Amino acid sequence: MVDAIFFYAFAGVLVLSAVMVISARNPVHSVLFLILAFFNAAGLFVMLGAEFIAMILVIVYVGAVAVLFLFVVMMLDINFAELRRGMMQHAPVGAAVGGVLLVEFVWMYLSWRSDPGAAARVAQPVPVPESGISNTHALGMVLYTEYVFLFQLAGLVLLVAMIGAIVLTLRSRPGVRRQNVDAQISRDPKDVLKVEKITTGSGVS
Amino acid sequence: MLEIGISHFLVLSAILFTLGVFGIFLNRRNVIVILMSIELILLSVTVNLVTFSAYLQDLTGQVFSMFILTVAAAEAAIGLAILVVFFRNKASIAVEDISALKG
Amino acid sequence: MEYIAVLSPLAGALIAGLFGKRIGDKGAQFITCALMLAASIASAMLFAEVNFGAAPRDVTLFTWIASGDLNVEWALRFDQLSCIMAVVITFVSTAVHIYSVGYMHHDPAQARFMAYLSLFTFAMLMLVTATNFVQLFFGWEGVGLASYLLIGFWNQKDSANAAAIKAFVMNRIGDFGLILGIFAVFFVFGTLEFDAVFDDVAAHQDTYLSFLGYDVSALNLIGMLLFIGAMGKSAQLGLHTWLPDAMEGPTPVSALIHAATMVTAGVFLVARLSPVYEYTPDVRMFITVVGALTAFIAATIALTQFDIKRVIAYSTMSQLGYMFFALGVSAYGAAMFHLFTHAFFKALLFLGAGSVIHAMSDEQDMRKMGGIAKHIKFTYVMMWIGNLALAGVPFFAGYFSKDIVLEAAYAAHSSAGHFAYWMGIAAAFMTAFYSWRLLFMTFHGKPRASEKVMDHIHESPPIMTGPLLFLAFGAVLSGWLFYDFFVGSERVRFFGDSLKVLDDVIVHAHHVETWVKLLPTAAGVAGILLAAVFYLWVRHWPATMAGTFGRLHALFYNKWYFDELYTKVGVRPAFGLGKKLWKAGDGAIIDGLGPDGVAAAVSGTAARSSKLQTGYVYHYAFAMLIGIVVIVTLYILKVYG
Repeated sequence: MVDAIFFYAFAGVLVLSAVMVISARNPVHSVLFLILAFFNAAGLFVMLGAEFIAMILVIVYVGAVAVLFLFVVMMLDINFAELRRGMMQHAPVGAAVGGVLLVEFVWMYLSWRSDPGAAARVAQPVPVPESGISNTHALGMVLYTEYVFLFQLAGLVLLVAMIGAIVLTLRSRPGVRRQNVDAQISRDPKDVLKVEKITTGSGVS
Repeated sequence: MLEIGISHFLVLSAILFTLGVFGIFLNRRNVIVILMSIELILLSVTVNLVTFSAYLQDLTGQVFSMFILTVAAAEAAIGLAILVVFFRNKASIAVEDISALKG
Repeated sequence: MEYIAVLSPLAGALIAGLFGKRIGDKGAQFITCALMLAASIASAMLFAEVNFGAAPRDVTLFTWIASGDLNVEWALRFDQLSCIMAVVITFVSTAVHIYSVGYMHHDPAQARFMAYLSLFTFAMLMLVTATNFVQLFFGWEGVGLASYLLIGFWNQKDSANAAAIKAFVMNRIGDFGLILGIFAVFFVFGTLEFDAVFDDVAAHQDTYLSFLGYDVSALNLIGMLLFIGAMGKSAQLGLHTWLPDAMEGPTPVSALIHAATMVTAGVFLVARLSPVYEYTPDVRMFITVVGALTAFIAATIALTQFDIKRVIAYSTMSQLGYMFFALGVSAYGAAMFHLFTHAFFKALLFLGAGSVIHAMSDEQDMRKMGGIAKHIKFTYVMMWIGNLALAGVPFFAGYFSKDIVLEAAYAAHSSAGHFAYWMGIAAAFMTAFYSWRLLFMTFHGKPRASEKVMDHIHESPPIMTGPLLFLAFGAVLSGWLFYDFFVGSERVRFFGDSLKVLDDVIVHAHHVETWVKLLPTAAGVAGILLAAVFYLWVRHWPATMAGTFGRLHALFYNKWYFDELYTKVGVRPAFGLGKKLWKAGDGAIIDGLGPDGVAAAVSGTAARSSKLQTGYVYHYAFAMLIGIVVIVTLYILKVYG
């Protein structure tokens, strides 16, 4: 009973905020609704017993990706007025096709039956709650042993993304002075300094 | 209806997926909404995977969803970087203006 | 020695052909003539050994095909028949080689000419020394090729090229029959070796084959098909129209190929296959009739022609008809005798005509000649000797061979034989007539040529008159010297096992009534006298006769309209079909569906496909969405459907 209430609450808000994401006029509003959607999804995950994933969702998705979205939206100078036109031309066809897709998915999922023998063929069984191993602990036990290569690959992907983002957006502005530490340090006093002997009070010519 | 089973979560994931697709498709306004719709799609897939992981008592789904998270983050970063560079050149993020690859 | 006889011409052809530029024209001529001379001497020695010493031999070179049932070797057979041919071929060829050195003196491509002459000689020798059908066919095609190359030697001339193609294509039609005959031989006898086939012939007398839905006797079919090949090569009626046009080639070519040797390959073929033809009396009757008709019709055409070479060409065709009807009545020895003597006097006539043409600054039309006897006395005498031999005047070579041929035809006592005899008599009369017509028009009377030409008349140099003299000796003596050996008392020993006869008609030929023996001579003399009347004494009669018998004259002058008939029935439909196949078949269908069609389709498809690239992201997204929906639908249908 309680499960149902929580599920419908979280699921309902999730769906509503998803709808608002795609239909909000102001992009900043879209991003905020996306954040709301993520929070509700995290709640659902906690219900499913995957609390690590839920927290990671909040920290990484909301804390990093959504914030990145927000930064970019606010950085770009967007003209709101002319953004509204032209949406409704292809709506019927798109709606039809998407509707077909939705119907197919729902039908398929509603008739889902698990294979009775599936339980025995589990790849990485969840540890029983009595053993005292938390979800995080269990994930860790699996991630760094069985899936360590994929883990390293994921790291590489992030590295490439970081480098890519920097490369794409880096531009050198003319006229901006920067420090070239190497040149500063390797300056030879002989080239820049000259000691003149002058008599007191005569000034420099 | 009251007994929450696997189908509920799966239907939820289907709805989210469709909403994400609608978002990509119906949107004429700006590219950022497209990127956010992609995030929605990825979220729906994550829900799906975690659901199965919970109901089959298999940790593999959760491990996979972590990798999805990683990839989603990387893709969002790159997508936004491209958008920024594009905006610098075109001063607009209307989807209709992105047609330089017209064949 | 056998190798020298056959392979020296090949060596000459290769050296002159491949290295002609390097050794120069003179070098090429010297090498080829020297090698031909060596071949002649070797042939003469073999002739003496084999025909007189009765020592035939086969020399195997190497195996060509060894595949299942089919075993074909390269081998040289020197039996009596092939030695006779070898002597004829090498002697006449040597004379022509030497003559060509003088005749082609001003030509830029003399080395090529000598190479082709030697190539031809080699191919002809391979033909006559073959031990099996395949080698014979090789030689057959080789001489056809050489004929094409030599007729079209002056390849800047359109008429020469056309004549060469005509000769080759007509030969090919005959060769079609020959090939089918060879297939039939292999099918019936299981082997292509002459000896094996000859041993088996009697056993297959009653074998029947199904051909085009009819049951025919196997031997008749084989004989008929092989004879069709002979008809093409020897210009018998039906496949003869190439021979007059072949006169486009230089005169030495006409002398060698279209008088003495290549056209006699057909005669040789039937003689060589005498064991087969002895068992096919129906085919032999056909051969007799065809030969007789050829002899007659060719002579009628020769009556009206004005080109000096064409007259002699038709005379060749006529004499070949004689040889064939002799073969048809099983008088193989007589046919070979006539072949032997004919080679000498016909080559003499052609080379003499070449001498005349050379003297008259390349003029060939007899209407523009006349009155040159005193300027080129030697050639004049040579032409007289040749024509006397041709007409069958007693004690010249032609008299002996022609008479025995006609006697044998009569002695066969069959309707075909009698028909051939009377055709032969008529042809003999006409032969004498047109031969002397040629002599009188060319050498006698008032000169009709221009002053410039008459100023330049000169006798040919010794290098050209030498071979003429040699051939004249042959024309005079070959009949008298060799009569006994070919058709007389010595003939059995002379021919050995190379010819087979079931019922020797030559024996009967010697015993025919006296009038039969004398009539050919009488016809010849009558012809000469009539020609003298027409062209020497009463000059206006030719024109009057042509006017009175206008239709007949037109028929003869237009070669009995064979060329027109063939053009209408064969050439035009073939061209039409070719054009249709080219334009509609090759152009529209194959090119249209192939390269051009594919290219156009690719271009069209690419142009249409490029419209998909709109550049709008949401179009692409839509496409992706559609794709996903399709895939999911398919999957659902597969799993749940």
